[in-house]
Amino acid sequence: MAVSVPHALLALLTEGPKYGLQLREEFESRTGEVWPLNVGQVYTTLQRLERQGLVESEGGADEGPQKMFRITAEGDEELAAWLRTPPDLASPPRDELVIKVLVALRVPGADVAAVLQVHRAYLVQLMQQWTRIKEDATEDDLALLLAVDAELFRLDSVVRWLDSADSWIQRSPAAAISRAASAAPLPRLRRKAGARR
Amino acid sequence: MTALELRNVSKVYGDRAAEVHALREVSLTVEPGALVAVMGPSGSGKSTMLTIAGSLEEATGGEVFVAGRSLATLSRNERARLRRRSIGFVFQDFNLLAGLTAAENVALPLELDGLQARAARKAALRALDELGLGSRAARFPEELSGGERQRVAIARAVVGERRLLLADEPSGALDSVNAEAVMRLVRTACRGEVAGVVATHDAQLASWADRVVFLRDGRMVDQTSPLPGPESLLTPSDRK
Repeated sequence: MAVSVPHALLALLTEGPKYGLQLREEFESRTGEVWPLNVGQVYTTLQRLERQGLVESEGGADEGPQKMFRITAEGDEELAAWLRTPPDLASPPRDELVIKVLVALRVPGADVAAVLQVHRAYLVQLMQQWTRIKEDATEDDLALLLAVDAELFRLDSVVRWLDSADSWIQRSPAAAISRAASAAPLPRLRRKAGARR
Repeated sequence: MTALELRNVSKVYGDRAAEVHALREVSLTVEPGALVAVMGPSGSGKSTMLTIAGSLEEATGGEVFVAGRSLATLSRNERARLRRRSIGFVFQDFNLLAGLTAAENVALPLELDGLQARAARKAALRALDELGLGSRAARFPEELSGGERQRVAIARAVVGERRLLLADEPSGALDSVNAEAVMRLVRTACRGEVAGVVATHDAQLASWADRVVFLRDGRMVDQTSPLPGPESLLTPSDRK
């Protein structure tokens, strides 16, 4: 999962100056502990933000826990701009699941419905796990609820795609030939597969 | 004792020329306290499975047991009594009676079962209260929001000594927050002695269940339960 650590740190600093360790703890509690962060990552990110003039520090030249960071006016502007910039969703990701289903369609005799069901069951099982987390979460843990919901909606959209693929494939005459072939004994399967070429 | 058991249940509609196999040898066991979701596309047999489990329809093959009793051995009257006392139904369109208040709707099945009006009303108010609707008890269905109406329907389904809750697309046309609230209530209702079966095409709703079974062309093709330790999802491997 991609998350912008620099901007999350800037957001935490809008509440006032903070130490590095404190920033890490607050980051984890605000993101519902879905996105853990190690302390080294926090300090290298803060150094980079400081070089860019988005934060400034006090507490001496030494790197370490005694150093306190505050956001600059440039940092405020950068954060405001980032919040309104949509993430890149325009170029479709090379989805491994989509590729598997497309490949299954080309494999003679492959039971595509069974392939779809394996993936569907796996996704629903994952969703059951996320839902348990949501069920146990208290209502004031809004960050956790939202982070879990984001994951549930994402997985749900994949299940819906599988359902939709399933009904398209059932309706498709080409898939019907493939189904007939997969149900047939092997010699006929070969002939059918050959006839399609 | 299992709350519900289907043994090789089949259902065929129509005659030989135009036979439709709605269910083909489906077997399912639901223990008390469990919530099972039935997923599948429309026409896969989900609703038929619920109506047969709820004795609203008879199977053409196999056996159905509710609270340990085989439906086939019961007379028509005994089945009707079992439906009134032990089984609660929640439908997509709520099916509340427009001329009755929320409390009267919930009390109705108890009164039909011979309970005195005062006792039925008391039980209904308690059920509404548990679902956070105590203050809406005197309202008519048209005065309630969609989410509230569905909560009344759930109260009606669990009131009294019901042992089996059957819900067919219980969140109907509700938005996702209200739909989730409905599933939380169903989840909460299915504890202790009460078991539930929910038919839905929605994976988010199904994921509230202990077990999800998948139907396809009337056959049960697969089932899944959550892996133990959901917390493992919160600890990415690079941090273990």
